[in-house]
Amino acid sequence: MFSWFANPHRFLSLSNWLAPACYAGGLILMIWGMWQGLWVVPKDDYQGGDIMRVMFMHVPTAWLAMASYSALAVMSFIWFIWRHEVADVAAKAIAPLGAVWTAICLATGSIWGKPTWGTWWQWDDARMMSVLFMFFLFLGYMALRAAMDTRQKAARAGAILAMVGAINVPLIHYSVEMFTSLHQTASVITSSGPKMSAVYLWPLLSCALGQSLLFAGLVQTQMRTEIRDRRTAKLRAQLMAGG
Amino acid sequence: MSAQPIFAAFRQALAEAWAGGAGALLPLGFFAGTAVLVPLGIGTDPATLRAVGPGILWVALALSSLVTLERIFQADTEDGALDLWLQTEAPPSAIAAAKTLAHFLTAGLPLALLSPLLALMFQAQASTGLLVNAAYYAVGGLAFYFWGGVGAALSATVRRGGLLISLIALPLYVPTAIFGAMAMTDAPGSQNAPLLLAASALFALAVAPFAMAAALRLAAD
Repeated sequence: MFSWFANPHRFLSLSNWLAPACYAGGLILMIWGMWQGLWVVPKDDYQGGDIMRVMFMHVPTAWLAMASYSALAVMSFIWFIWRHEVADVAAKAIAPLGAVWTAICLATGSIWGKPTWGTWWQWDDARMMSVLFMFFLFLGYMALRAAMDTRQKAARAGAILAMVGAINVPLIHYSVEMFTSLHQTASVITSSGPKMSAVYLWPLLSCALGQSLLFAGLVQTQMRTEIRDRRTAKLRAQLMAGG
Repeated sequence: MSAQPIFAAFRQALAEAWAGGAGALLPLGFFAGTAVLVPLGIGTDPATLRAVGPGILWVALALSSLVTLERIFQADTEDGALDLWLQTEAPPSAIAAAKTLAHFLTAGLPLALLSPLLALMFQAQASTGLLVNAAYYAVGGLAFYFWGGVGAALSATVRRGGLLISLIALPLYVPTAIFGAMAMTDAPGSQNAPLLLAASALFALAVAPFAMAAALRLAAD
């Protein structure tokens, strides 16, 4: 299955229509979700009034922060085992975008935390710490890639680091149970179905799916740029060699 | 397969640590120096110092592991020893683990042994608890050195890789640092922290050698 996707030409022709479709779908879902979230749904006075509307930005970014790191680890794994170049292109594209989403997650979390919990930052909260260090993992990944002198070495070193760092992602999840935390416990995905009322749930899901599609679209655009970059470098090398 | 190259790597790392200059005293100096700077920075109130002491020592331990790890694989890459290690019959993961373990024994364990003395300087009550804490520092330090070894192996071919090691390894130190700090408090829910600390060290021992081996093969290319 991976081999089918591993062909750069196939990827280019697929992403040619898939990337715009992702942008369009993501934009529609995000606009609807944010409109619902910011203006339509009633404010929840138990959650601090209007400030709870940050949720429609914060929760999707948190999901995407985790999802993007998992995607980075999976792509690194696929590249490391099967050496499919498209997987490495994907990993390289995901890292900076994941870092941005993680930073937005931290920022919106702080903005939400100040009026409701009375603090911008809580050091003994394991989830905040985990997301912060996931941000550092993204930065370390990019720094390591940049420090290597060839593309192959950058891909290999990056893949090793991403796979080792992936142990951080489950830690985020289980730390919710392991530490006493300011965060509420999981309320959307529980074994007994969603506990959140439908009026909030649908806009939230719409925002989450919309952001995911936007992220997917951006990754594809980045990947297309990278593939063309590599092709240009190869053609230029051929030209220099007189071929 | 023979175990001989593994012992050779272990002995070489030990010999390197003791040879030249202050040798194994240098990490101790760094550790003590970092810790001693803190009261100058935050004031000398005994209650404050007693509260932050254990944590400061965790930070100092993490920092000294980063500072001393920079060279362990870099030197081998530069003088070609790495290629020879990879040509032996022993698995590279075992060689990397032996080198890192030797490095921990010479540069990390002494810091844990020194920790009761520094804890007293941070106004801790003299008790056997300080020795227990020293054991915690030793266990946590083992995890630090193995994760740091992954960073060191990954940046073995990078010039001035020391800063890179910090960025790579610090996130990997987090679980150990959290459990280690929890083990030294009596907050509710911290009873299991020593076990979790040990688990994080065992996890590092199990995973890091293979990551180091993969990174060393890359460095030798």
